[in-house]
Amino acid sequence: MTALSAHTLDRLGYGDTVIHRLDPRAKTLATLVFVLTVVSFPKYVVAPLIPLALFPLTLMILGEIPPAAILKRTAAVSPFAVLVGMFNPVFDTQPMAQIAGLTITGGWISFASILVRFLLTVSAALALVATTSFPRICQGLDAMKVPRAFIVQMLFLYRYLFVLVEEGTRLKRARDLRRFGRRRGMRLRVAASLIGVLFLRTYERAERVYLAMCARGFDGRLRLPQRLRFRAADALFVVGTAAACGLLRFLPLVEWLGRWAGGWTPGTA
Amino acid sequence: MHMADALLSPAVGGAFIAASSATLAFSAYRLGRQPDERRVPLMGVLGAFVFAAQMINFTIPGTGSSGHLGGGMLLAILLGPYAAFLVIASVLVVQSLFFLDGGILALGTNLFNLGVWPCFLGLLIYRAIVGRHVEGWRMWLGACVAVVVSLELGAAGVVIQTMLSGRTDLPFGRFLALMLGIHFPIALVEGIATAAVVQYVRAIRPGVVENGLGLSGSPPMGKRTLAPVVISFLAVAVLTGGVLAWFASEHPDGLEWAIARVRGSEQSEAESPVPALERLQQKTALMPDYDFPRRGEDQSASAGAADEPAATLPVNVGTSAAGLLGAALTLALTALLAVATYGFRPRARRAP
Repeated sequence: MTALSAHTLDRLGYGDTVIHRLDPRAKTLATLVFVLTVVSFPKYVVAPLIPLALFPLTLMILGEIPPAAILKRTAAVSPFAVLVGMFNPVFDTQPMAQIAGLTITGGWISFASILVRFLLTVSAALALVATTSFPRICQGLDAMKVPRAFIVQMLFLYRYLFVLVEEGTRLKRARDLRRFGRRRGMRLRVAASLIGVLFLRTYERAERVYLAMCARGFDGRLRLPQRLRFRAADALFVVGTAAACGLLRFLPLVEWLGRWAGGWTPGTA
Repeated sequence: MHMADALLSPAVGGAFIAASSATLAFSAYRLGRQPDERRVPLMGVLGAFVFAAQMINFTIPGTGSSGHLGGGMLLAILLGPYAAFLVIASVLVVQSLFFLDGGILALGTNLFNLGVWPCFLGLLIYRAIVGRHVEGWRMWLGACVAVVVSLELGAAGVVIQTMLSGRTDLPFGRFLALMLGIHFPIALVEGIATAAVVQYVRAIRPGVVENGLGLSGSPPMGKRTLAPVVISFLAVAVLTGGVLAWFASEHPDGLEWAIARVRGSEQSEAESPVPALERLQQKTALMPDYDFPRRGEDQSASAGAADEPAATLPVNVGTSAAGLLGAALTLALTALLAVATYGFRPRARRAP
């Protein structure tokens, strides 16, 4: 995993577009509805999943997210789902469809389905975080009554994430400069000492942070700004997403389109 | 070994979100009972520490590859179960959003697999072996056994969740053996690394580890209070996950067949206690040709034939072609729409 691109992703969340201005609760809810819709399709479904790509695409286009950033992120993900899905063609060899004399087995169809699901769910999560800054997501979760201790935890983690990753990278760079390319320097014992040092520095940093908070009047409770307003536009966004997901889920739109187009093409239908 | 959205069914994902949220709320409640203001920044910064520690890679002994610390067990040992669970949860949320590990729906399963086991069971094992003496071979053994047990349970969790969701055709036994086999050396290295870090920290700053980072809210927990909680909500999770996923799964796969056989009834599907769900599912199968052969017509026959690969399907060339053509057209339309909108977007109005 690379912290640098996570940083780019983080910066994108602070944009100011129609999508960025939506209430974080609305976006989180809509994303959850979307992911549930994608995941609820039966195993051997590929084609009806494709129009669902409209949701992340709409968010990214209206949110002015550069497509290159998103594509690079998606390609860099380690796809556990893809690894597991790869076995489906091996074990499921029932013929399912026949296209131009080529028999396609169920395994390939379900593998393709997993791939499409993977792309859709990953890009939806990306679209959410690229159009909503993490503090705003936390603010939304707080308004949705997630335990305050957890919200505070996430906000603190986020505040120090890039600071500490920077520190870890510095330690790693220092070690790599001193080992002159030799494998001995990469030993577990060395790394464990470095992680121990990192831990103690972190521990001391926490003490400093605590003292600084006390100096600013910290009394054990954290006050979060409560200025979220769930407007008509937010409600419309959630209802619209849910309706679109429902339509694509329960109506065979893709098949109708195919049949309609097939009527104009000789040889099919 | 983050579970992914693409491998989950809504029922399994939902059940584990429920189980993990309950544990999260319980942990937050337990922490709130012993408030300690110093813990607030410490926990937050330690969450960030996990990411930083993962930057420092090392060679895995005996192999050429390199790995990094996972950190779950280290947090549990240093922070105690409840605080560690909250920290791991926050780490997983950030991983799912910024690093695309897992997904939003899969958060529940990931928190269960990677959080519950090390924080609750793993820590119990560690404390049982180590006792009051955090040094010498007992600490190494304790850390290794705790990490191996909790990581292997997590890996088994991934297998069970994937099978319950019915998305893979891997045979259960082989999938399980594969995952457990892959994770055993990983867990061993993680255990050794965890013990090494604990030992180093103890050597430099004596007392920090024993006193739970000097926090009041993390005393050694009693076994009495914890075991019933763990067992009861495990049972709830397994039951809800199992029962819901069984009805939600649309394809009589190996597991379902096994359940049917265990029940001794070949008609388990026809006599579903949730007929409405079943009907809804049949109605919502958009491409009946993609579905398993004629489940609507003769339930008992289809359930009986479920274990042997059914005869060739009534392949409907027209429908397949229509589906494919429709998919291609949709793809083209979507791409066209995207390109057009990107092309005509006013470039001046850039976000700062």
